[in-house]
Amino acid sequence: MLVKFFFELRKGGVPVTLTEFLTLLEGLRAGVAWASARDFYFLARTTLVKDERHYDRFDRVFAEIFNGAEKLFDEIVANVPPEWLQAVAARTLSEEEKKKVEALGGWDELLETLRKRLEEQKERHQGGNKWIGTGGTSPFGAYGYNPEGIRIGQAGSRNRRAVKVWDQREYRNFDDTVELGTRNMKLALRKLRKFAREGAQDQLDLDGTINATARNAGLLDLKLVAERRNAVKVLLFLDVGGSMDDHVRVCEELFSAARTEFKHLEYFYFHNFLYESVWKDNRRRFSQVTPVMQILRTYGHDYRVIFVGDATMSPYEITQPGGSVEHWNKEAGAVWMRRITAAYPRFVWLNPEKQDRWDYTASVRITRELVDDRMFPVTIQGLDAAIGALRAKSVTPGITEGTHNSA
Amino acid sequence: MSERFSGTDRYIATDDLMMAVNAAVTLARPLLIKGEPGTGKTQLAQEIARALNKPMFEWHVKSTSKAQQGLYEYDAVSRLRDSQLGDARVHDIANYILKGSLWQAFESDVQPVLLIDEIDKADIEFPNDLLRELDRMEFYVYETRQLVKARNRPIIVITSNNEKELPDAFLRRCFFHYIRFPDQDTMSRIVEVHFPGLKKELLSEALGAFFQLRETPGLKKKPSTSELLDWIKLLVAEDIDPAVLRSQDPKKTLPILHGALLKNEQDVHLFEQLIFLNRRAR
Repeated sequence: MLVKFFFELRKGGVPVTLTEFLTLLEGLRAGVAWASARDFYFLARTTLVKDERHYDRFDRVFAEIFNGAEKLFDEIVANVPPEWLQAVAARTLSEEEKKKVEALGGWDELLETLRKRLEEQKERHQGGNKWIGTGGTSPFGAYGYNPEGIRIGQAGSRNRRAVKVWDQREYRNFDDTVELGTRNMKLALRKLRKFAREGAQDQLDLDGTINATARNAGLLDLKLVAERRNAVKVLLFLDVGGSMDDHVRVCEELFSAARTEFKHLEYFYFHNFLYESVWKDNRRRFSQVTPVMQILRTYGHDYRVIFVGDATMSPYEITQPGGSVEHWNKEAGAVWMRRITAAYPRFVWLNPEKQDRWDYTASVRITRELVDDRMFPVTIQGLDAAIGALRAKSVTPGITEGTHNSA
Repeated sequence: MSERFSGTDRYIATDDLMMAVNAAVTLARPLLIKGEPGTGKTQLAQEIARALNKPMFEWHVKSTSKAQQGLYEYDAVSRLRDSQLGDARVHDIANYILKGSLWQAFESDVQPVLLIDEIDKADIEFPNDLLRELDRMEFYVYETRQLVKARNRPIIVITSNNEKELPDAFLRRCFFHYIRFPDQDTMSRIVEVHFPGLKKELLSEALGAFFQLRETPGLKKKPSTSELLDWIKLLVAEDIDPAVLRSQDPKKTLPILHGALLKNEQDVHLFEQLIFLNRRAR
């Protein structure tokens, strides 16, 4: 029973190792938990799970094994924080729509029903009126006509009648906690670390001391220097949504790696290309934006800039005013790109798309020209090359040309 | 299983936390504690020491901390200076070995509690450098060629605020517990412990306002247990009538003495915006 539990946990995505499993057995033998399923659950969780992010997966496997119950909710459902759902609902729903939600018994009910459906449903489904799938009249799934439909995993909105697009990718901020594969990226990014002496002088400068002591006829003369600290500053611009959906995982890993490596790291999101504003929170991408001019004013020219995006779009989105797919942009993306690269001479563009495909897309070619060919693939090698470009000796920043609408 | 931790008169522990502590104590494994700031991670170690009547050693980790500092430090500079002055102490290198908190804990005659606070503040490699010490509870002092072994395996409590990921090899050696934010029941027990005899009315009004505040979407820093306790302390000190709390509609005014709960101007601002919207909606 326990061995099966162990393997099911591994299958369920909880990284358990044999050592931890043996610890659990040791704990059971020592009588830490006995005669109570609850105690056993707590003990198993504290010994086997090492991260609160895995608690949920653990619970699912536990329930499956020890209650003999069927699979609990699918990953997607588990990942939706209820407060997010409520916040979104409160903001986007009209009174009328809210009443319609009540048609199914309110949000809790809606979620609960969805959860049950996901348990029942094993295969992909299309049509029909009960299952989750596409093109049906069930309240769940994409392209539905049911007014209280919840849309799952669909990029565009077909008939704007679903209560809320449940597209994870659009609204979820990049999870910076992906562990797998980040080690390599961390090591690559670490090369960018530049240590500088800053702050109080509290470390012994050995060479200086020997030198000074020798000059002092052998009598000790201590020399102190300030500690070396990581002084590298980075601005990270990440493309979200649209064609980037395929690359989200890679970007998550990159973001996760970058977060822990630098003391000064500011990140911003954009969609397809950079225009006059970017945002920090995908949930509030339309209400809380940061003007690019403000970024140019706020962050010094010694910041290094990393863009991450596949640069795959219509060429007009770069070259023409008003080319943006999301809003009316007064000035072309290329103008904004030149402003940023002029202000921050050390920049690179990381492209998660495979390098051999770059030449087939016109927008990638245009972007490469805009970034002085400093576009690199997101591979360990590409990262190395990108870091090399970022480490280049400091260049004097160009003059930032003003905008027509700058106040 | 002679001793079990079950919370103290000052500290309310939930069942799963008790289990985690007792398992870690019984199996002599370090216990890694995570949780929202202000949920009593650091206090836990102090309370374990108090409840089990054991001495307590603390090691507060900073961004500049090295693993070595917890073991010992060799003060080469003062030895060099002493040699220049002809001090006799200079012949024994042991005079210049300064014991760190881990060493002190290892030397304790009775089983001690060792708190390693905010381990995530240090460099990525910090936890890796402590693997052998935490596993075998021993380390080697190169300067004096001496092996230091724990006389009694200390109960080790490690706290983390999740600022950095901890390496897998380190995690495997620890027990883990995530302190969840207390629910309303647990919270009233916690408040009861800190303010015995608090007027029931005031307590329920304050808790209601507090949880409502926490639920506001978009708060930068959600107020935590410690902030609630501060706030209640203020309410008591100012002798606020529970009726005042009740009469306030949290949707329309900022809660009274909100400075204790909302810690940055963006949050206060967000609140003012919400209040403004709510007033207009009327």
